[in-house]
Amino acid sequence: MKLIVAIVRPERLDAVQEELQRVLDEEDRYRLTVDSVEGHGAQAGEVELFRGRAIRPRLVPRTRITIAVNDSYVDRTIDAIVRGARTEGAAGAVGDGKIFVQPLEEVVRIRTGERGERAI
Amino acid sequence: MESTSSVAIDAGSTAWMLVSSALVLLMVPGLALFYGGMVRRKNILSTMMHSFVAMAVIGVQWISIGYCLAFGSSWHGVVGFDPSLVALQGVDHLKTYGDKRIPELVFIMFQGKFAIITPALISGALAERLRLRSYLVFIALWATVVYAPLAHWVWAADGWLFKLGVLDFAGGTVVHIAAGVSALVLALLLGPRRELRGRAAAVLLPNNLPLTLTGAGLLWFGWFGFNAGSAVAVETPVAGAVAGLAFATTQAAAAAAALSWMLVERWHSGKATTLGIASGIVAGLVAVTPAAGHISPAAALVLGVLSGVVCYGAVQWKHRVGVDDTLDAFAVHGVGGLLGAVLTGVLCVTPVAGLLASGDPTQLGKQLVGVLAAVVWSGLGTFALGKLVDKLWGLRVSDQQERDGLDISTHGERGYHLEQA
Repeated sequence: MKLIVAIVRPERLDAVQEELQRVLDEEDRYRLTVDSVEGHGAQAGEVELFRGRAIRPRLVPRTRITIAVNDSYVDRTIDAIVRGARTEGAAGAVGDGKIFVQPLEEVVRIRTGERGERAI
Repeated sequence: MESTSSVAIDAGSTAWMLVSSALVLLMVPGLALFYGGMVRRKNILSTMMHSFVAMAVIGVQWISIGYCLAFGSSWHGVVGFDPSLVALQGVDHLKTYGDKRIPELVFIMFQGKFAIITPALISGALAERLRLRSYLVFIALWATVVYAPLAHWVWAADGWLFKLGVLDFAGGTVVHIAAGVSALVLALLLGPRRELRGRAAAVLLPNNLPLTLTGAGLLWFGWFGFNAGSAVAVETPVAGAVAGLAFATTQAAAAAAALSWMLVERWHSGKATTLGIASGIVAGLVAVTPAAGHISPAAALVLGVLSGVVCYGAVQWKHRVGVDDTLDAFAVHGVGGLLGAVLTGVLCVTPVAGLLASGDPTQLGKQLVGVLAAVVWSGLGTFALGKLVDKLWGLRVSDQQERDGLDISTHGERGYHLEQA
């Protein structure tokens, strides 16, 4: 099992969800958690305007998507997120985000107490 | 001005003045939203508090002594006083004001709202670092020592600027020049916010522009009372036609200035912004304030276009010289007020013809005297009071309090707890 954490542009969340739904919907394996985060990477902030003055915020808003998947779903999940989150056609742009994949030790479904791959 | 209830109360004028007074008061929470949205999240409450607390402090001051000093019997046209007006003890509710057919209490309330909003306008220059206690004392002193005499000069029948024939329909000099110049002086006394010391491009972004837009909308709405309500002062014995004129010019100037600010900003910075259109609305409303009942709607369009461009330019000038007037109280109210007060002398058609209509520069000259008097008086008065309060308590919060934000350090509250259920 893997925990996939993706940081994407907030405005790409809808596209990412559509792509994820397409690959993960079978067998009802499509579950995700979304939260709003702030940070910066190589893009060093977008420009905002305040009464005619351009300001580069230190932190820019991004959306974090967290998905736990069984091993056989890892690659297609990653591909789906990349397809949905990449901007400017297939080329992509600085600031499109990143995906982190970590091993996942255990999953527990609180309702039933099920554990492991069945609980995911 | 001694008055007796010799004239009958006019229902129409009285009703409109009651509504106008409430409209002008609504501008104060409108201003709180306008300013509050533009500061950082940690200072939204303290910034809104500056407007709200003005309703409390000046609301008491105006009834106690402010009205007496502004509209009491004139001492050489400089300041008013009347023992019977202290705490309004001699004002019977049946008494009318001067030659107007409205109760004096209604006139007192209407004027009192102007006295409230003027110091609140100043607070925009001081946001994110001003000490609350010093602000409270400062505005109480300022309303008494600076505002009340200035209102007397311009609006009382025996005031020296009024007698000279200076036109200030609804407060271009008394409200906007006085607030704008005082804002600039206090911003200089206070110094820049810690992030702006020594560098120009710090990251200070607004926390909630939808609040600012809501505030701009309320200001526009309330300004109809501010300007069209002021017709009662020039129209005798009842307000009507001039109120309609002031209403139309207010609408024209606000719309034209919103448009011109938006366009000049699009040209200069590449984007038409929502803060830009909100700022343009206010700039146009400020500029038309002294002119509202004196110019035509077409002239108000011209005045509006000019005010949007000139006030936008004034904001850019601020960035260049490095004065930390946090929310541009000087660039919008000071500069917009100056522009409007001067152009009133050019564009006015009633009750006197200005430079454009008659070729006679007399009225323009009078306007310049009024502007100069307001700039010098409010500038010097604010400098003296600012220095005094700074000596007594310090105008600024500590560096640590400023870093933590005034909401938590001064008020023990936060404006937003959106993440918690």
